[in-house]
Amino acid sequence: MAEVVLRNIKKSFGPVDIIKGVDIDINDKEFVVFVGPSGCGKSTLLRMIAGLESISDGELSIDGKRVNDLSPADRGIAMVFQTYALYPHMTVRDNMGFSLKLAKVPKAEIDRKVNEAARILKLDPLMDRKPKALSGGQRQRVAIGRAIVRNPKVFLFDEPLSNLDAALRVQMRIEIARMHSDFNATMIYVTHDQVEAMTMADKIVVLQGGVVEQVGSPLELYHHPANRFVAGFIGSPTMNFIDATVKAVAPEGVTVELPGGDNLTVLVVPGATKAGDKLTLGVRPEHLQEGSGDGKLTGTALVVERLGGATYAYVKLDNGTMITAEVDGNSHIRVNDPIQLGVRSQTCHLFGSDGLALAQSTRHPLADVGRGKGGH
Amino acid sequence: MTTLAPAPSAALPAKTNREVDTRPLLWPSVIVLFLWMIVPLAMTLYFSVIRYNLLNPALTGFAGLENYSFLFDDPTLWTSLWNTLVLVGSVLIITVVFGTLFAVLYNQEFPGRNIARLLVIAPFFVMPTVSALVWKNMMMHPVYGLIASLQSMVGLTPTDWFTDYPMFSVIVIVAWQWVPFAFLILLTAIQSLDSEQKEAARIDGAGPLAMFFYITLPHLSRAISVVIMIETIFLLTIFAEIYVTTSGGPGTATTNLAWLIYSVGLLQFDVGYASAGGIIAVILANVVAFFLVRTVSRNLQQG
Amino acid sequence: MSMPSTFQKPPRWIPVLAWVIAILIFFPIFWMALTSFKTETEAISTPPSLFFVPTMENYTDVIDRSNYARFVWNSIAVSFGSTLLALAFAIPAAYAMAFFPTKRTPSTLLWMLSTKMMPPVGVLIPMYLLFKTLGLLDTVTGLLIIYTLINLPIVVWMLYTYFKDVPGEILEAGRVDGANPMQELFLLLLPLAVPGIASTGLLSVILSWNEAFWSLNLTSSQGAPLTAFIASFSSPQGLFWAKLSAASLMAIAPILVVGWMSQRQLVSGLTFGAVK
Repeated sequence: MAEVVLRNIKKSFGPVDIIKGVDIDINDKEFVVFVGPSGCGKSTLLRMIAGLESISDGELSIDGKRVNDLSPADRGIAMVFQTYALYPHMTVRDNMGFSLKLAKVPKAEIDRKVNEAARILKLDPLMDRKPKALSGGQRQRVAIGRAIVRNPKVFLFDEPLSNLDAALRVQMRIEIARMHSDFNATMIYVTHDQVEAMTMADKIVVLQGGVVEQVGSPLELYHHPANRFVAGFIGSPTMNFIDATVKAVAPEGVTVELPGGDNLTVLVVPGATKAGDKLTLGVRPEHLQEGSGDGKLTGTALVVERLGGATYAYVKLDNGTMITAEVDGNSHIRVNDPIQLGVRSQTCHLFGSDGLALAQSTRHPLADVGRGKGGH
Repeated sequence: MTTLAPAPSAALPAKTNREVDTRPLLWPSVIVLFLWMIVPLAMTLYFSVIRYNLLNPALTGFAGLENYSFLFDDPTLWTSLWNTLVLVGSVLIITVVFGTLFAVLYNQEFPGRNIARLLVIAPFFVMPTVSALVWKNMMMHPVYGLIASLQSMVGLTPTDWFTDYPMFSVIVIVAWQWVPFAFLILLTAIQSLDSEQKEAARIDGAGPLAMFFYITLPHLSRAISVVIMIETIFLLTIFAEIYVTTSGGPGTATTNLAWLIYSVGLLQFDVGYASAGGIIAVILANVVAFFLVRTVSRNLQQG
Repeated sequence: MSMPSTFQKPPRWIPVLAWVIAILIFFPIFWMALTSFKTETEAISTPPSLFFVPTMENYTDVIDRSNYARFVWNSIAVSFGSTLLALAFAIPAAYAMAFFPTKRTPSTLLWMLSTKMMPPVGVLIPMYLLFKTLGLLDTVTGLLIIYTLINLPIVVWMLYTYFKDVPGEILEAGRVDGANPMQELFLLLLPLAVPGIASTGLLSVILSWNEAFWSLNLTSSQGAPLTAFIASFSSPQGLFWAKLSAASLMAIAPILVVGWMSQRQLVSGLTFGAVK
């Protein structure tokens, strides 16, 4: 059992606060991804868990034990670094066995553990090479092997795939995901790539400016973003935001006026919203279609990108707002054509002037489902 | 961010488990350098205000600024300062001009470029006493020197370089040693010039001259200032070259500040007087050092 | 349109000029080398003899007669000894400043550098008297101490620059793996920094080997290195140019080769990292 619990964790460099009080509960065997734009504090937070950065305030416990003041080696963690940080002067075998050697583990025991890890990661033929003689993917594997050998309670990954090319990244993503189910270990993974976050995580923590914006399963963040930041950060291309004025409020939803005069009832809990309020309508590009829906938007296509399966149309609405629509790959739309886009009420989001989302009336059926498993 | 002084209430830098007591690592170096800096300097300062002559033990006592006033009244001081200035100035001009031109020249592609570069930088690795003797004997000797031979061959009277043009001769020797230094530094700097920048300039229509003045020279400006400052520090106290060639002469024609202090202190054994000269040398060097440290510290912040 | 290759080709006179200048600059060294294989008579013949039967006589003479071995040994002892000593002081200091920086680190570095700017003549007199009192005049030990002190700032500075270039993540990986600061230094950093330490050491050896202010002033015979020995040829008694050339060539050849091989690293050392 290795839960990781962060309670009101803070980090400041002099007067500058980098992490402004973070609470996160990470369950045993959970795969948690910290995601956010660069400078949001996600790497700092991971390094604080690792013990590479001190904790200014708050409490960090791993496996029920307060570890604030323990050295990295004593926290039961292992870390895979962005640059892999392999020891260039040591062979693969020595790299993987270094921590055990420092811990004065008997030679035979080291060999056994290292060989075991090598077998799992298919590193056997490379054991006597130096890191210089390895490809990027192989180095990545050795870095993972070095972590496995320590038999940690928690694996920490700091943007481990960012130095790999696109094809290898997909392959390693799958391997790390498989490793998670094989080892049944708690894993904390930092990335700025929301695709990695969506595909690998049981639970995503979205960070911005040293603050947790939202914690939830990938589909919960996708379907029920708590605020405009999360809505814009998760999903690609990014969500469209359109100014809208409230026309009417009813228990089952809020009716807003779209640019162009069409009315649309969005299925959200109205709360304190009243007619006349200025809200922001959020709709993902993939939820727009050519033609009509529950409401329509009209404009002109300025740029058309044909990807084959889908076509992205960058549309200037009649009121000047720019939006992106993912339309069918077989669409005949051309640049400068007028276009009409249909919006469906159940796929829309509404955000108040404070940026917070109005809660959806019904919960998406997959929102509480983890990666191919039941929820926790 | 608006105030530079730490706010009084601001918490101390967080105590990290990264905080290791580095004093045992750092202090040995700091202590020996501190002693090296302070002890001899304090002694020089002390000697410069007492009467102290090794040849005349009866002469003792506090002298106040006596040594300094003797020094300032001594025309040799002003000659030596002038000579120092001439030596440093001429060598700086020669090394920077030729160093820059050579850097541009040897940055071109031509057969055997690497060998040619090695030949040009070689004099810098020759110990000063060897350079000085080679020039004094084999090149500039009025009878047996190579230059004298060439002169007689074309019917000229051989020149007695160290008698007739002593300062010029010393400058030639020192410049021969330091042009390679300037060249080596500036060549390295010129190689870091972004080739795309050169290509862009070429597409913009820059010819070789425009390229040199608008692209290369501005790029080299910082390296040139570094060369000037480092050379100045070494050139202010040129000693070995004078020691083996002219011994400061004829008369005081090649007596620079370093030679003056040496001859007063270790040849005439007037410690007090020589120490006053030493203090002047320290002050001069510190003015230059100030600018060098400022340049380097700017570099440190960038890095 | 001209081809790109012709566009890039420099004018024809460039190689000629470059080679003429290179040969002229190198000529004194070449001439000295040539002279070292002449007899003393040939060495001072006018016009200079270009064609002669090379002789090794000068080399054997220098080596046999003038305690040459002692001067060579003194040079080796002071330059390598001072370099090792400077490294022993500088490695821990550079490690501390590169990996455990504090607010004072930049000013400490600059202060160390500024000690290098002290003109030697400024402290010549007290050092001479101090050495005299301590019995260090004309000793290898005395010179070794001075060279350690004058090279220490450069050595610290160069090592600091090299250590800074070692990726911090590697040392952090070591900490996660359980290495303490001393293990980080000896098991991780030093093996990684071997090239940097080597070129730092080379620069220190070159500077000490060629140092001629302190060696001329503080040594005369027993403790004298090659710089001081060569200077003794400047005395007007007799013209031993061929022997001088042989002794000089042996004195400069090793450093010339080392300097040629490590010129690039020397630049960053000589300019305190301001030019790389």
